[in-house]
Amino acid sequence: MNPEHPEAREAPPEHPEDREPERGAPIGRRILLGTLGLGALGVVSAPVLQRGLEGFLGEAAQKDPTGLTGLLPNGGGFRYYSVTSSVPRKNAKNYRLTVGGLVDKQASYTLADLRALPQTRMVEDVQCVTGWRVPDTPFEGVRLSALLDAAGVRSSAGAVRFTCFDGAYTESLTLEQARRADVLVALRMQDKDISHNHGGPVRLYVAPMYFYKSAKWLSGIEVTEKVEPGYWEERGYDIDAWVGRSNGRDDEPTT
Amino acid sequence: MNQRLEEPPVQAEARVRRFTPAERWIHRTTAVLMGICVATAACLYVPALAELVGRRALLVTVHKWTGLLLPIPVLAGLASRAFRADVGRLNRWGAHDRVWLRAARRRAPGPRPAAKFNAGQKLYASWIAGATLVMLATGLMMWFTHLTPLMWRTSATFVHDWLALTIGIVLAGHIGMALGDPEARRGLRTGSVSREWADREHPLWRP
Repeated sequence: MNPEHPEAREAPPEHPEDREPERGAPIGRRILLGTLGLGALGVVSAPVLQRGLEGFLGEAAQKDPTGLTGLLPNGGGFRYYSVTSSVPRKNAKNYRLTVGGLVDKQASYTLADLRALPQTRMVEDVQCVTGWRVPDTPFEGVRLSALLDAAGVRSSAGAVRFTCFDGAYTESLTLEQARRADVLVALRMQDKDISHNHGGPVRLYVAPMYFYKSAKWLSGIEVTEKVEPGYWEERGYDIDAWVGRSNGRDDEPTT
Repeated sequence: MNQRLEEPPVQAEARVRRFTPAERWIHRTTAVLMGICVATAACLYVPALAELVGRRALLVTVHKWTGLLLPIPVLAGLASRAFRADVGRLNRWGAHDRVWLRAARRRAPGPRPAAKFNAGQKLYASWIAGATLVMLATGLMMWFTHLTPLMWRTSATFVHDWLALTIGIVLAGHIGMALGDPEARRGLRTGSVSREWADREHPLWRP
């Protein structure tokens, strides 16, 4: 054996491997159990750790020109979610928003039509149901209630259904929720026209609810009798998605 | 003719049997399942990939079921005696393992004594097994949200996210090491390694 390594020399020269399992301590098992213990400890102490990390990473992200912090969990900023493989692009030339269903006057708005209507600007936090939160995000657009009033909602109506030009996503609100002053047909986000990746040119913005209610690539508003569950609601998410009071989460309310 | 007859014993001497077919299949299926988990996770998580791939509902389904299947090859493998013996070897640490770790930590040249598995492989095997179980547990807490208290799910998400990142880095190290050692890869592909490699990398191993 190598004289430079006394420990190695202690190993018996013949068939050391055969004896190794009996001789050595079960360190492997301890590492495995230790990892499990750390995982459990992580779950227990997550609320404290998460607050600390969010604060730290949120600040780091603002000084980070590489954008790498955006890849870290809770690294701040928006995340791109799409339920389809690709989404067509719409612009001022070909974008249309239709309003129909249980209304007196059906309507179709171009981007210019929507821009010509009175605009409302709001600055609230955005909270995703998967955990990320983006503080103080400005949204600007037309109040949904204004479009509903212009169309003339019939008395038999009780809900609004939203369809999107990605061809798959749908959302819904009760009529009462849809008429809230903090529900917008948004044209601008972070004081810029909404980009394609953020659901532009027009997306829904439902300030008090989890962000999956704020359907991207909005193309249709249909007044219905009853609430029809949207895309993720068919897959288990709550229909009434108030931030902090639904989906089994206790986030701070956004409004 | 005579010479050819004499050859087989020489070849048998040159190649050393390291893994049984069952063990190679355990490694292969685990690697495929882990690969799918990592790939779907990346497409759900990395913005550039998410924009490219979309299809979130499909990715979520594939990720969840692959994650659930991930421990199966190892559990089924426990039926193999050779695999159980190797799990025992990975579990037990001798004095030479400490020497190996110390030398590796200092990046010191010179001998790093190891039996069938070196201390780095033992460390990796134990940690990745524990980490996989933590990912499974936190994943199930996120999947079956009604089984655990509400608070736990946010915490489970937190642990799942950060541990995923850690596993990604460690796994890259594991694959990087394998890429740097063709003979070790040959061992898992064909089941045997050269005598020369075994003596150099695992001097205390007596197959």
